[in-house]
Amino acid sequence: MMERLWNRKPSIQAPRIVGRLALAPLLALASPAIAASEESTSAPMYYLKTFGPKGDITASLTWGLLAIAAGVSVLMSVLVIVAMFRNGRSSMATPGSPLPIAHPPGGHRWIYLGLALTTLVLIALVIWTMDVLAEIDEPAGEPAFTIEVTGQQWWWEARYVDPDDPSRSFVTANELHIPVGEPVRITLASRDVIHSFWVPALAGKTDVIPGQTNETWLQADREGVYRGQCAEYCGLQHAHMALRIFADAPEAFQAWWDHQLEPADEVPEGSELLAVGERQFRLQCGACHAVRGTLAGGEAGPDLTHLMDRTTIASVTLPNTPGHLSGWIADPQHQKPGTTMPNPDLSGPELNAIRHYLETLD
Amino acid sequence: MRRLIHPALALAACLLAFAGCSESGGDGAVSDRKDQAARGAELIAAKGCGTCHEIPGIDGATGRVGPPLDHMGDRMFIAGMIRNTAENMQVWLTDPQSVVPGNAMPDTGLEADEAEDVAAYLESLR
Repeated sequence: MMERLWNRKPSIQAPRIVGRLALAPLLALASPAIAASEESTSAPMYYLKTFGPKGDITASLTWGLLAIAAGVSVLMSVLVIVAMFRNGRSSMATPGSPLPIAHPPGGHRWIYLGLALTTLVLIALVIWTMDVLAEIDEPAGEPAFTIEVTGQQWWWEARYVDPDDPSRSFVTANELHIPVGEPVRITLASRDVIHSFWVPALAGKTDVIPGQTNETWLQADREGVYRGQCAEYCGLQHAHMALRIFADAPEAFQAWWDHQLEPADEVPEGSELLAVGERQFRLQCGACHAVRGTLAGGEAGPDLTHLMDRTTIASVTLPNTPGHLSGWIADPQHQKPGTTMPNPDLSGPELNAIRHYLETLD
Repeated sequence: MRRLIHPALALAACLLAFAGCSESGGDGAVSDRKDQAARGAELIAAKGCGTCHEIPGIDGATGRVGPPLDHMGDRMFIAGMIRNTAENMQVWLTDPQSVVPGNAMPDTGLEADEAEDVAAYLESLR
């Protein structure tokens, strides 16, 4: 009996929930900026609370349309009910004789009035919608740089492009940093099938279509982490094709960009474990993954030069911890069945060495 | 003839006995052990043990990389090398490479007291 109780899950989870509830107000007080972060909200894909100009204006339109639709529904229901009771007194027809056709005066007036009112409201809504579409088409100011995002089964490649200095370009994956309060241009291409780029707290969806480059932009007005998600079914692991947008303070963003430009640190002399790890990585993983500054230069999978700067792996499927990383490298087909990453043919010591090596890529 | 025990009294005695049963769950050492196991379960989820191991009671712990950890409290050996005692489990969890050099299990960065919690959870898997 005792052991049964011990093994039951609810008894394990209860303290955690209570702990979170108790901590929540404290956290909110400690750092208001964190309130926008993905971790602190139970609904990271919620799109009615937005944190940027593009999302804000669209959310107002959504609320407005919802209010008008609700109002029209109520009005029509009331009119139908009133009509039922007003004409309730008409006599029943006798069998065999046709129903008397009544032409009460003024009946057409209701139709003309209804048509006119509906047309006016619809025209107003079209104008409002067009205005919002025009508003979100381009940001208020010219974006300082572009992120070229390539969607593919099932992750996001991101190439940062500085228009003034081509040498300041670099590639990363799945976790995009942007400076808070500034618009960023995003171009979207696909390497395989149709995907859709969606960061609900910041903007609506933009489809990612093979053979053409779509354009969108993002701006976050509050620091924090925003979750994005592929929003067009794209195959087996569509649900595990997520991304994270980090809105950083401008200095932190600049430091991040500068750091991303650096090649990986060289393996220190005398560390046999890391030397083995680097060699095994190059042989087993380097055909698909790049670590800039080494001979591993594959382009089929994410660039891992600064893997330890990321909070998650496998397109935000798993947290980036040594435990999750080990399991992912050893058996990606179990974590994300169908993923293009194959299960590698590694011995235990080789896996251990590769993981140690990856942990140095900060 | 008078009854030896009044029915209401008998009922009260029964209730007291049941109350005693449920209170025994709050007994110091046992509830400490349960708290430890509960913290251990959270750590197991956070550190990603389930990416490699199948672990009863942990959400998503369905890994096929390492051995399943069901009945871990009843198993004789850890890593086929050392006896399955609480102390040995903590050594294995905090520094697996010292037990079997080169093996695939990573040091997941558990502190000593955290390893104790995780070991308590694994020990509870009978």
